[in-house]
Amino acid sequence: MSETLLAALSKPQMFGNRSQLKTWLIGILKHKIIDLIRSNARLVTAPDTASDDDGDDLDRLLFKADGHFAETPNDWGKPEETLRQAQFFQVLDACMERLPPALGRLFLMREWLELSSQEVCKELSITPTNLYVQLHRARLRLQECLNLHWFGGSRVSRSG
Amino acid sequence: MRTCRQAAALVIAREDRALSLPDNIALKLHLLACKACPNFENQVLTLRAAMGRWRNDGDEAIPTDPEP
Repeated sequence: MSETLLAALSKPQMFGNRSQLKTWLIGILKHKIIDLIRSNARLVTAPDTASDDDGDDLDRLLFKADGHFAETPNDWGKPEETLRQAQFFQVLDACMERLPPALGRLFLMREWLELSSQEVCKELSITPTNLYVQLHRARLRLQECLNLHWFGGSRVSRSG
Repeated sequence: MRTCRQAAALVIAREDRALSLPDNIALKLHLLACKACPNFENQVLTLRAAMGRWRNDGDEAIPTDPEP
């Protein structure tokens, strides 16, 4: 453990409040993870390209054969209004936890570690096409989860 | 003119890579003409903003009262 880290943990009152300490610690952890990944240490195995989705292909459920939306997407209103609400982030956390592990890992490498698409491909030994297909699935799943559990939408149905 | 399915795919793809110029133009034209896709775009942008906040602030929304 670094000297700085030890020093900080022994003097928590150095930080204005607990959340600043938490933010600082998470920042350090995040950068350590990024450094490990970039130094080519193999941390994660390549995701199982056999679908985690159990055939639940959101794309097919969301669109009709002619390419139109099966249902008009919900109007989520102004993002600023949504982000003002603490409970929204609890729902977002829950939705992220519901992602299949391989999708979640990949999504977090982009969205939390902020690795570039190329870096994610290199680390997971997948092609860019594969990456974009999986990110597409992850993003659609999150949106569908938020739509259902926050914005009052109804579940897409497997009709016809 | 692209279908909504194609436009939605481009809106999502844009989160992780640059679109080609023709795709960009086709998408913008579709968004002008379509009533459904701007709602979908707003969903994608909301998730983008939410992830930005989540990434920086963890589980906190905008700052509330300082801790006692």
